[in-house]
Amino acid sequence: MDITRRRLLALLPAAAVAWEFVRAGTPELSPNYKTSDHWWGMLIDITECIGCGSCVRACAQENDVPEGYYRTWIERYHVTDYAIERPHVESPNGGKDGFPLDQDPSGKNFFVPKLCNHCADSPCTQVCPVGATFVSPDGVVLVDKNYCLGCRYCVQACPYGCRFINPKTNTADKCTLCYHRITKGLTTACAEVCPTGARQLADLKNPKDPIHEYLRTHSVQILKPHMATGAKVFYNGMDGSVR
Amino acid sequence: MQIPVQGFMYPNEVELQWSVLIVLYPFITGLVAGAFILASLERVFRVEAVKPTYRLALLTALSFLLVAPLPLQLHLGHPERSLEMYLTPHRSSAMAMFGFVYLWYLMAVLLLEIWLDYRCDIVVKSKTEKGLPRLIYKILTLGSDVLTERSLRIDERLGYFITLIGIPSAFLLHGYVGFIFGSVKANRWWSSPLMPIVFIFSAMVSGIAAVMLLYMLSSRLRRQQIDIRCLDKIAQDLMYTFIIDFSLEMLDLLQRIYEADESFRSLDFMVHTRLWTSQVIVQILLGTLTPIALLGLTQLFSFTDSVRKRIYALAGCLTVIGIFAMRWNVVIGGQLFSKSFLGYTSYKMGFATREGLLTAIILMILPFIILWILVKILPPWTDAESISASEEIPVHAAS
Repeated sequence: MDITRRRLLALLPAAAVAWEFVRAGTPELSPNYKTSDHWWGMLIDITECIGCGSCVRACAQENDVPEGYYRTWIERYHVTDYAIERPHVESPNGGKDGFPLDQDPSGKNFFVPKLCNHCADSPCTQVCPVGATFVSPDGVVLVDKNYCLGCRYCVQACPYGCRFINPKTNTADKCTLCYHRITKGLTTACAEVCPTGARQLADLKNPKDPIHEYLRTHSVQILKPHMATGAKVFYNGMDGSVR
Repeated sequence: MQIPVQGFMYPNEVELQWSVLIVLYPFITGLVAGAFILASLERVFRVEAVKPTYRLALLTALSFLLVAPLPLQLHLGHPERSLEMYLTPHRSSAMAMFGFVYLWYLMAVLLLEIWLDYRCDIVVKSKTEKGLPRLIYKILTLGSDVLTERSLRIDERLGYFITLIGIPSAFLLHGYVGFIFGSVKANRWWSSPLMPIVFIFSAMVSGIAAVMLLYMLSSRLRRQQIDIRCLDKIAQDLMYTFIIDFSLEMLDLLQRIYEADESFRSLDFMVHTRLWTSQVIVQILLGTLTPIALLGLTQLFSFTDSVRKRIYALAGCLTVIGIFAMRWNVVIGGQLFSKSFLGYTSYKMGFATREGLLTAIILMILPFIILWILVKILPPWTDAESISASEEIPVHAAS
C-alpha cells in the first residue's frame, strides 16, 4: 500500500493513540504493590469534560455494572444568569449515551462527572454494621460483597448518591476506583477512555505525581465540603451551583 | 418498573432503599417501649390506677418485641448473614448495636420481669393443670417452684429492680432507633439531635394508646366491666405525653422553618406535595391534633362513662394511626427528595412481594396472634375470676 503524505498525516494521530495503548501495555504484576505507599484520589477537570459518556460506558463494561445503576455518571448543569441556587440539572441514563443538544441559548452549560469520592472519613463505612465496607490502606473505599448484609444503611449515609444495591448480588455496590487495575499500575477505566483527559487518577502519597503541582496552581474544590467527609475527588473549574 | 421522578435525582437515588418494612420497625419498637413504660408506671411510680393494665402491657411489649426484628430480617439483601452483626459488630455503626440493645431488652428486662411477675401463677398452674399445659407450666417454672413468703418477696424486689433498669432500657431501645435516623448527616430530613427524643416520646404515645385500646377490647371480649378510673388515668397520661411529643416535633419544625437552610425549600415543597396527605392531614390533623383535642375535652368537661369510653377509643385509634403516619413520613419521606435538593422520586409499594403491603400486614397481625397465645398461657387479668386459681394454693411459710 502506498502511503501518501496526506494519508500519513491522517494515520499519525491514530498511531499516537495506539502507541499510548501499547505503552499502557499488559498490567504490571502486583507483587510489588504496597498499599501503604499509595493514597488514591481523582482529579476531574470540569472545563475539559465534553459529556460524551465514554467514561460511564467504560465503567459499566469494565465492572459489569447492571443496567440502570451507576458507579460513575455525568450531570449536565444549565445555569441561567444569577440563578446559581436553582440550576437545571439532568443526567439521562447517567449520561451513558451522551446528551441531547441543549436548545436553551441563555445561561451556561457544563458537565460534571461524578463518582465515589473515596472519602477519608467516609460516612458510609462508619455506618456499616459489620464493617463490610471499609477504607483500604491505600485510601479506596471498598465493599466486601461476600460479607455485606444488604441493609442499605451505607446507601442512605452517602451524601453524594454514589451507592446502590446491585440486584445481582443483593449487596452494596459502588466505584472501586478500578482497584483491580490501579493495583497493577494501570489507571481507572474511566480515566483511560476519557478523550480529553478530564479525569486523572491521582496518587496523593506519591510526591512525583503531577496532582501536587496541579493542586498548587489551580483553584480546586471538592463536593459538599460542609459534610466533612474528607472527599478525595478534586474538581477544577467547579461552579458554585454544583451539588 | 418506571419510577416517576420530578426534577433531578442522582441516578442511584431514584429507587427507594428502605421500604414499608423499615416503617414497621420503628413503629413496632415504639409500641414495645411505650407499653413497657406504661407498665412501669404502676410498678415504679406506684400509679395504682393503671394496675389492671400492668400485665397486659408487659405481654403486649413482649409480643411486639418478638416481631420487631422480622421486618429488618426480611428487608436484608442477605438475611443469612445477619448473625454477623453479633459476631463481628462494627463499633462505629449505630445499626450494629441493634442486636445487643434488642437482646438486652428482651432477655435482661422483659422476659425476666414477666417471668418474675408470673412465677407464682406458673408454679400454681404447674401443680393444678393436667396433661400438656402442666408440662408447659412445669418448663416455665425453670425449676424454681418454691412458693414461700421469702421467695415471693425476692420476686417482688427483683422485679422492682428490673423495672428500674427497664425504664432507661426502654428509652435506650427507642431512642437508639431514633439515633439510627437522626445521625445520618447526609439526610437533612433525618439529621436532627431531637430525633431520638421525639422517637422516645412518640413511642410512649403509641404504646400507651395501644395498651389502652387492647385493654378496652379485651374487656369487651371477656364481657368484663372496664375499670373507668384506670382508663381515665391512661387517657390523661396519653394526653400529657402526646402534648410533649407534639411540642418537640413542632420545635424541630420551627427551627427548620426559621433557619431555612439549603434544604428547606426542597423539604417544604415535599411536605406541601408528596407528604401533604400522610403528614399534614393524617399525622398532624387527624393523628395528633384531633386526639389531643378529644382527650383535652374529657379533661375540661364531664361526660358520662360511656361517652368517655367512646372518646378514648376514638382518640386511641387516631393516635396509633397518627404515630404510624409519623414513622411513614420519617422513613419514606426521608427518601423521596434528592440529596441534591433538586428533585423528588416516588415510592411504589408492591403487594405480594417480599417487602410489599401483604408482608407488612402479616407482620402487623403477627404480634396480636402472639399476644393471644401469651394471654392464653399467662392470663394478665386481675379481676376476681382470673386470680382465684392462684389463691387456691396457700403460700408456705418461710422456712
